[in-house]
Amino acid sequence: MTTHATATTAETITGFITGRFPRAEIDPAKDIFSLGYINSLFAMELVMFIEKTFELTIPNEELSIDNFRTVEAMTALVDRLRPAVTTG
Amino acid sequence: MTDQLTALDRATARRFVDEHIAPFADAWDRAGAVPEEALTRIGEAGLWAPFLPPRLGGSGTDMVTLGAIHEEVGRGCSSVRSLLTVHTMLAWALRRWGSEAQRDRWGPELAAGRVLGAFCLSEPGAGSDTSGITTTARLDGGAWVVDGVKKWITGGQRADLFLVFARGPAATVALLVPRATPGVTVTPIDDMLGTRASMLAEVSFDGVRLGPDALLGPSGFASGMVLTGTLDLGRYSVAAGSVGIIQACLDACADYTSRRRVGGTPLGELPLIQAKVSDMVTDVRAARLLLAEAGRLKDAGDEATLMATWVAKYFASTAAARHASEAVQIHGANGCGTGYPVARYYRDAKVMEIIEGSNEIQRTTIAGEAYRRQVP
Repeated sequence: MTTHATATTAETITGFITGRFPRAEIDPAKDIFSLGYINSLFAMELVMFIEKTFELTIPNEELSIDNFRTVEAMTALVDRLRPAVTTG
Repeated sequence: MTDQLTALDRATARRFVDEHIAPFADAWDRAGAVPEEALTRIGEAGLWAPFLPPRLGGSGTDMVTLGAIHEEVGRGCSSVRSLLTVHTMLAWALRRWGSEAQRDRWGPELAAGRVLGAFCLSEPGAGSDTSGITTTARLDGGAWVVDGVKKWITGGQRADLFLVFARGPAATVALLVPRATPGVTVTPIDDMLGTRASMLAEVSFDGVRLGPDALLGPSGFASGMVLTGTLDLGRYSVAAGSVGIIQACLDACADYTSRRRVGGTPLGELPLIQAKVSDMVTDVRAARLLLAEAGRLKDAGDEATLMATWVAKYFASTAAARHASEAVQIHGANGCGTGYPVARYYRDAKVMEIIEGSNEIQRTTIAGEAYRRQVP
């Protein structure tokens, strides 16, 4: 169950990135900042997308670059925040 | 009778503007300031930050309605709308990025207008080029120390609280700086081309020491998002104000051309005048729809609002400048004097093409959207 949910989260995030940059080759461990065209506008869009899609609010202390560097990291962030929202 | 607008919407904002703002806008423009009485009245009407939740003194107004309110205020007076814009930027950033303690400290004051906010980004050497700012914020024993100069700060002469963007230890940081902090110096900037009553200032920070709670939002990687998000709200408000300018031009021209005659014929019956007025009618509707789309996306938390707001601001501001120019043309010599408001609209509209990202930056960013799918 957890594995399935995690895979869905990763696919959803990957789909958002490749939807914006179809020519980018994204795998879960790929450092998206190494692509060279991630700017503050896209970073803000990415945060808003994650918050809206997964119905959560990312607190300031979780807005570190390491949490957004890869799809894996973003998936872990979502998984971390979701239970807190559900039970909170 | 109270001016408190219990249910804020376009109609109530329109009535307020028609009674308390529009009739005085030309006088404020000439005086170079919006009087305290008017600022107080805006607070009594609940217009300073109605989007804040009731817990913080707001009325939970949605973004579509906020856009309509700012449009109505912009129709009456771009200087007042400019003050609303920068106050909105600070209050929104506080709601979005502030800690509970920061929200509790400043939210109710901002909602009521007891504390007025201003947005400090531009510097003598850096406007739209935000990467060029030189104001610094360094940590010294747990305290923030700010040094630098900010210029063309809307509302700076009057504001009580500044949202200052500075180069921090790792990236740009946003800091809440009360005006009364030692080391803050405010120097008025008068005689600008437009929004002449918006009380611009140069604000200097000389070894300004602030507690750790001055930092708004994250530091490091995500601090750029504070700036991106805050400018997005500013752009939304300027887009709304630009729609208001177009509507004001249309109203003024429809009135003038109905009464003014040439060779016994009302100007409004001349095809060349009708062509200009019809373009105003069309563009104000188009700009209003673009603004509403951006607002709906904001209310939905949809990331597409960022680009939608760029597009709305670009379209509305360029249309406002174009139609304000035509409004002066339609009024002839009357349009160049103080007897009609269109000269003010013309000067104010030009400013809309420059602030919150010049239109060259707007076009570059919008074009980037067009080419996004071709990257890399």
